[in-house]
Amino acid sequence: MNLFAQAIAWLTDPANQGGPDGIWTRSLEHVWYTVIAVVLACLVAIPLGYLVGHTGRGRGLVVVSSGAARALPSLGVVTVAGLILGIGLTAPMIALILLAIPSILAGAYAGLEAIDRQTIDAARAVGMSEWQILTRVEMPLGLPLLLGGVRSAVLQVVATATLAAYVGSGGLGRPMFLGLKTQDYAQMLAASLVVVVLALVLEGAFELIERLAQRRFAPVPSTST
Amino acid sequence: MTWILANLDLIAARTLAHLALSLPAIVLAFVLSLPLGWFAARYTWSRLGVLTAFGLLYAVPSLPLFIVLPTIIGVGVRDAANVVAALTLYGMALMVRATTDALVSVDPAIRLSATAMGYSGLSRFVTVELPLAGPVLLAGLRVVSVSTISLVTVSGLLGVNNLGLLFTDGFQRGILAEVLAGIGAVVLLALAVDGLLVLIGRAAMPWARAVRAR
Repeated sequence: MNLFAQAIAWLTDPANQGGPDGIWTRSLEHVWYTVIAVVLACLVAIPLGYLVGHTGRGRGLVVVSSGAARALPSLGVVTVAGLILGIGLTAPMIALILLAIPSILAGAYAGLEAIDRQTIDAARAVGMSEWQILTRVEMPLGLPLLLGGVRSAVLQVVATATLAAYVGSGGLGRPMFLGLKTQDYAQMLAASLVVVVLALVLEGAFELIERLAQRRFAPVPSTST
Repeated sequence: MTWILANLDLIAARTLAHLALSLPAIVLAFVLSLPLGWFAARYTWSRLGVLTAFGLLYAVPSLPLFIVLPTIIGVGVRDAANVVAALTLYGMALMVRATTDALVSVDPAIRLSATAMGYSGLSRFVTVELPLAGPVLLAGLRVVSVSTISLVTVSGLLGVNNLGLLFTDGFQRGILAEVLAGIGAVVLLALAVDGLLVLIGRAAMPWARAVRAR
């Protein structure tokens, strides 16, 4: 438990807080990496997931490829990208986007797939075009599951963004790897405590967003978990 | 390619070490999640708390966990026990939720009729609820096995013998083939264990195939 006390002491030391290498700057960088990675992953995964969910085609392919993507070790992807692209932000970004895509993709198509077929048939019967069915029926009804997918992607990316520092980028991995190299385990723990707090805050934010979405788009009490 | 062919022995040794760390963690995560999942499924008031607590475990970055855990459980940083313990915790982060979902998905009417037929709590759980929850449990276990095998590599940063060492060594010496070989081996290993789990599931739950082929 002594290590925890040392970690708290490290965090509360003003010398470790301010400046370009301080915990605040590193935290901001960390959140920034997470946001960029998840947004870029959303741009790829959501349209693809909607395409699969709406047409019902290519589901097997998506399941298999996202399963394989889960097996990809992030450390390996960071390393390969780092060796090819050199030191910088691009390499870890690729790894983080690859990490985030499977959950978001699954959330997007599962959200559409979980909708009662009768609802979609009814929408078609009242004369909605396929585009209208997608944007006015399927997207709102599939939102809770999509948000769930984005939420777990965010959680994974926040925890894994620490690996960015392995190839020379910033973020909270910076003090973590510094601690590893210098055997300053209190510093490592301090940085990881900040990551956990960030994750908690983001979880709380998503809980709020999900509740709002639930209230806005699902007037009937939802039975899904 | 030359590097891979010249170092097949090394890759094989690292793969075996990798498997020796992953399998105990996967099995432990599965076994330990059963009572916790049962508790969360049985006592609704505890569900949100249990699931949130274990879900958040997944947000703990793996690298510092490998460092902090030894100070709590009293093993060395590079011990296999440390890596297995950390990976078990991550496995449980996913598996407790999967177990709870699986048990909740069992039709309450079936539970009631089993009770009516005279099953006691434990025998009902083992002979009725667990088999019915089987397919969902298996789905959860497959995710746990894939993510565990992929996560073991992070302990390579500490110098623990597994496929992750191919990443750190390849990065330091600038051998791209070594890192690619490591990734390939991890993915193949994950797919192999996944296939094995599917086969075990088919053997243990012959009835599940009828459900899938609807």
